[in-house]
Amino acid sequence: MTDLPIQKSGTGADSAPNEPVAGKAKPTAFLEVRDLKVHFPTDDGLVKSVDGLSFQLEKGKTLGIVGESGSGKSVTSLAIMGLHRAGQYGRSKARMSGEIWLEGRELISADPDEVRRLRGKDVAMIFQDPLSAMHPYFTVGAQIVEAYRVHHDVSKAVARKRAIEMLDRVGIPQPDKRVDDYPHQFSGGMRQRAMIAMALSNNPDLLIADEPTTALDVTVQAQILDLIRDLQKEFGSAVIIITHDLGVVAELADDILVMYGGRCVERGPADKVFYEPQHPYTWGLLGSMPRLDRERTERLNPVKGSPPSLINVPSGCAFHPRCPYAELTGGASTTVVPELSEVGSRHHAACHLSAADRERIWTEEIAPKL
Amino acid sequence: MAACGGPGNPRAAAGPSTVLAYIIRRLFAVVVMLLVITLVTFGIFFLIPKWVGVDPATYFIGKQADPASLEGIRKKMGLDDPILVQFGKFLWGLVAGRDYANGTDVTHCSAPCFGYSFRNEQAIWPVLTDRLPVTMQLAAGACVIWVVVGVGTGVVSALKRGSALDRTLMTVALAGVSLPIYFTGMIALAVVVYGLGWIDGQYVPFGESASGWFGGMLLPWVTLAFLYAAMYARMTRATMLEIMGEDYIRTARAKGLREPVVIGKHAMRSTMTPVLTILGMDLGALVGGAILTETTFSLPGIGQAAVKAISDKDFPLILGVTLIAAVAVVVANLLVDLLYAVVDPRVRLS
Repeated sequence: MTDLPIQKSGTGADSAPNEPVAGKAKPTAFLEVRDLKVHFPTDDGLVKSVDGLSFQLEKGKTLGIVGESGSGKSVTSLAIMGLHRAGQYGRSKARMSGEIWLEGRELISADPDEVRRLRGKDVAMIFQDPLSAMHPYFTVGAQIVEAYRVHHDVSKAVARKRAIEMLDRVGIPQPDKRVDDYPHQFSGGMRQRAMIAMALSNNPDLLIADEPTTALDVTVQAQILDLIRDLQKEFGSAVIIITHDLGVVAELADDILVMYGGRCVERGPADKVFYEPQHPYTWGLLGSMPRLDRERTERLNPVKGSPPSLINVPSGCAFHPRCPYAELTGGASTTVVPELSEVGSRHHAACHLSAADRERIWTEEIAPKL
Repeated sequence: MAACGGPGNPRAAAGPSTVLAYIIRRLFAVVVMLLVITLVTFGIFFLIPKWVGVDPATYFIGKQADPASLEGIRKKMGLDDPILVQFGKFLWGLVAGRDYANGTDVTHCSAPCFGYSFRNEQAIWPVLTDRLPVTMQLAAGACVIWVVVGVGTGVVSALKRGSALDRTLMTVALAGVSLPIYFTGMIALAVVVYGLGWIDGQYVPFGESASGWFGGMLLPWVTLAFLYAAMYARMTRATMLEIMGEDYIRTARAKGLREPVVIGKHAMRSTMTPVLTILGMDLGALVGGAILTETTFSLPGIGQAAVKAISDKDFPLILGVTLIAAVAVVVANLLVDLLYAVVDPRVRLS
């Protein structure tokens, strides 16, 4: 990840979705997302699932996107996959704007069929629940074979060999036999391994893992994370790992992006975000994480309140209704949308608190309790 | 279980012997179920005359008959035997045939013997075997139409959800499920047969005239298929919409598959499973008699026989029709269960 240029992150008011974005300069980064907005019109109003998100990712690196349910993490990953526009079914009404550059190609303005051809080949994805993500009526092998043959003009026999090889690579025992099993005959961890085998069968440059361990037993979670890390080294892919579990990103990520209410509130190198977090929401996330390496002194501190409505996003800083320090900003947090600003080397946060206040609160109030 | 996997292998393969054992167990259950149905039907129809104080012998030869004739009939048909003896003789007749004898003459009724009609003293079984093919032709022809039209409509409607096309198709489907056969059938007859005079609408056996047969069956097929196509369209649409929201459809798209493959292969595979199940049940029920359709179009099928039997209080015929219907439904159920294990690998027969 090179130096993050501070994108003028759209405030949602000044640039409507679907407007052509000025200045589509080709980026140098492997993946660059610029001012991504994904809005869904509904009967209740416009749901701003992602509202001005920008980040970069280099090959071979891992970006962890963290946030609670409804913060826009999964919508972002589906946008990169081009899945909001896939299929005429239900005529997905997602309104997208911004730019998604993958190896010099812009995906939002690209022809949907061109994006389809990238899908599964250059960008692959694994999902939260591997049981529901696999078709129950087709064998695991058939599903991997299919994924491989979409992008490779080979016979079924060749693709089957590839499927067995991939199953072997992700640690499925007796892959030449298990290839003919149905998903329900696999355990949860094996299913996720098979999903990984399917995703990696085409050597994708970018792997998006959307909550890949959430549906798994704790003992299996670590194995899957190890597997993703090993395979990333071997395949040299970039990885985006989406999770609400800070432990997962601590394990894997080079960089962390914290999302709240469809926007990025903090991003930077993993150790910076972990050890010098600058945003009150990040503090809240850290405070609500159980730690086994510390003595248990008091109760966990969850972030109070509920996630914001994405239709009527709170004015100013979307986090201000839940922020214990909102009054320290002198009213700015309720009226002005905070922009990401540099708070350290490659480390940005979107917060109205002064640097001095943040420093004081972190060292005096937050850090001692963690 | 024929074989169990090793540790961490939760599968248990169902070998052929397991399936065979399952089928045998199910067939046994089928026989028991049919026995119970027979007993209940038999009991109802042979107890009722006793309760209402009617001599069942009068059903055969009328109330004005002289006592000697009545006595002869009672003796010949075994009507004075205890109910369980009568039932036992009836069952035996089903399996091996039976002789009705009153000492002077003997009437042989070969297996499967359902007895004789009260009304015309015909043996029941040939009546049923005459009529069953008509009902089966009706059901089979209508089935082809309604599966093609119903499933096709449902898929199109689901894929174009919310469009004018979807709303139109679903409105027609709602009409289809709401309008009874005797209404749509009468309209069809009035327009096509009496109004336009395109076909004469009379049932003609296939052996006599293929074109006449087709002309006679066309309206019953279409009318019956309209009702079922409407039901299948609604069901297919609902299933399809649910399936299209499944995670594995998203996975199929994430692989980069073209949308026609996503729908035609991944979504249809799941949509057809419940459709096949219902189809088996519906066909089973229809073979037991498409009563309204056959009555409306005067088709000499099982359903028409049932209506006649009931209005004539022809208990032996009612019993025969009931048993045929029960066998059709029960066998269809068994076939559906076996089929389900074929189409859904998660289902194991055990």
